[in-house]
Amino acid sequence: MSEFFQQLVNGITWGSVYALIALGYTMVYGILRLINFAHGDVYMLGAFFGYFVARALGATQEPGLLGALLVLLAAMAGCGAVGFVIERFAYKPVRRSSRLAALITAIGVSLLLENGGILVFGADPKFFPQIIPSRNLSLGGGVTISNQQIIILSVSLVLMVGLRFIVLHTRVGKAMRAVSYNHTAAALMGISVDRIVTFTFVLGSVLAAAAGVLVGLQNPKIEPLMGIMPGLKAFVAAVLGGIGNIPGAVLGGLVMGITEVMVVGYLSPSYRDAIAFVLLIIILLVRPAGLLGKYSAEKV
Amino acid sequence: MTSRTYTVATLRTIASVLLVVLGCSKPANDVLIVGEYGSLTGNDATFGQSTKEGIEVAWDELKAEKANQIGGFTVDVRAEDDQGRAEEAATVVQKLVNQDRAIAVLGEVASSRSLAAAPICQAAGVPMITPSSTNPRVTQVGDFVFRMCFLDDFQGRAMARFTAENLGIKSVAVLKDVKSDYSVGLAQYFTDNFTALGGTVVVEQSYSAGDQDFRAQLTAIKARSPQAIVIPGYYTEAGLIGRQARELGITVPLIGGDGWESEQLLQIGGDALNGCYYTNHWALDAPDPRLQEFLKKYRARYGKDPDAIGGLAYDAARVLFQTLEQLAAEDPQTFQGLSSRKANTPERQAATKKLRDLIAATRNFPGVSGTITLDENRNASKPAVVIEVKDGKKVYNTSIQP
Repeated sequence: MSEFFQQLVNGITWGSVYALIALGYTMVYGILRLINFAHGDVYMLGAFFGYFVARALGATQEPGLLGALLVLLAAMAGCGAVGFVIERFAYKPVRRSSRLAALITAIGVSLLLENGGILVFGADPKFFPQIIPSRNLSLGGGVTISNQQIIILSVSLVLMVGLRFIVLHTRVGKAMRAVSYNHTAAALMGISVDRIVTFTFVLGSVLAAAAGVLVGLQNPKIEPLMGIMPGLKAFVAAVLGGIGNIPGAVLGGLVMGITEVMVVGYLSPSYRDAIAFVLLIIILLVRPAGLLGKYSAEKV
Repeated sequence: MTSRTYTVATLRTIASVLLVVLGCSKPANDVLIVGEYGSLTGNDATFGQSTKEGIEVAWDELKAEKANQIGGFTVDVRAEDDQGRAEEAATVVQKLVNQDRAIAVLGEVASSRSLAAAPICQAAGVPMITPSSTNPRVTQVGDFVFRMCFLDDFQGRAMARFTAENLGIKSVAVLKDVKSDYSVGLAQYFTDNFTALGGTVVVEQSYSAGDQDFRAQLTAIKARSPQAIVIPGYYTEAGLIGRQARELGITVPLIGGDGWESEQLLQIGGDALNGCYYTNHWALDAPDPRLQEFLKKYRARYGKDPDAIGGLAYDAARVLFQTLEQLAAEDPQTFQGLSSRKANTPERQAATKKLRDLIAATRNFPGVSGTITLDENRNASKPAVVIEVKDGKKVYNTSIQP
């Protein structure tokens, strides 16, 4: 039984990383009806920004919690800027074109970031400095959790609660919700749609950066193509929870992480990557709108 | 006669003069092109980099001692990066053999990549020497493929014997990389030998190269409480697995093979790997004077210690250079066929064939990684060395004879 609880702890930590990435997908989709395929690569950039900032701080030794926080915030700021640039120069020019054009642009941006990353950072893996050394805590019954796992869980939780607060209880959040209902009507009400879309992109990129740094902290191997698989799976997680729905993305991420770990632990590790897509197919067949998604009639 | 005709006539004259001049300078232009391919970038980049550095030390010696000449030809070693991908290895070796007209090819470390390139060299009749691929299937590709190190059937036996006899361990878990020919093969050889010695493999788990998270597999392993975990994979994953195993409270030793040999192993794994063991081709603290001489040269050039991969590459390059000198001395007529100008001629075919025969006859070559004698299957038979990780350092533990 302790094995099962240990796998559950593993699954929840891994799932909270998926949840952070999935939030970015879901927000952008909710507002623009655009699947931002470059999102997984922004996550990769977050890990690399964290790596460089940590090295610049000389953080190969223990820099303490403050240093770690600085690394996290710097990576989030860096990726926020990248998100702004991507939206401004890649997506905005095609916003009035067909959705297919935007989708293909997104794939292009993704390839650009991946191969640009290989060019700039090199294809060989880098080792994320151990800004917080790992310590083990026993939860009783042979189940252990590391302090890094606790950090991942708590940072994810804080960011998700913060996001929920922004969306539900601030003016800009209200504007985001309005834009997601109807661009034109929102614009008529005096909302600057451009500014809200940019804000959404920056917010999503900031969350992806946080996920990148948290993963680097726990699994200190980072490389330019590390965003592809987590990006795809987080996308599936967003669809699983109901794309466009924020609590749904969190739920989807957790379901995904736990399922994956259970499949590896009890079936076969070879199915690890396949299970995400099996889940996607089942959800699309049984509940096309996702776990928490609402059905909406398409106007023809 | 118009001015235009004049120009054409002048150009013709210049062209013919150039042809004569170039034709006369033939000996100076003759080069021996040696190809090299490896993972200079990618998941296991230190493999390719160490190989390149080892070969460069051997080439430096040739430059210093023989002015970079063998049999009157200048030697040129061309390195290609396969990014650690088997399909890319096939492409770059295709280029080395067909475009660069290499007379012989050195590489690779990972067996999957050597297996992708070997059929190309075999088909072209170009000798390929792999310094450090241990999967038996590599040299089975054909009679133009050679190897400078031990094989995985022996390495698996050495690991099993060390685990069962030296450590007295009865039950282990095996965690292998299903994407790698090397890892799958070595896991099988280990399991066969370990069960023959009376041990049991209580659980077998797997991962894919490039995975980040191994906690699920390790939790499943922990539940069966084995006395050791055998990880016949490469250093990047071994380091991460070690780290995550300790986080889950697994304290038993981890045991690996020569895929762990990299300066980055301890960088990734950190303290987590203390008390772990792996089989290797050499130990740096062996008192062999040839090895110490090589260490001095390598440190002088790169300012760091070589790993076994670099040492094997150095040996492979030296075997090739020495065989070329032997061919130039014994049969200068045939040796002319290796000139870069003779590509795609019957002379070249005859020369690479002769080169192959001479490499195959290598006996008692004094290498830094041990004495190299190639058997009828073109493999070297060498003892395995067990390295123990102690206080963040790699320490010689014992040798296991074939």
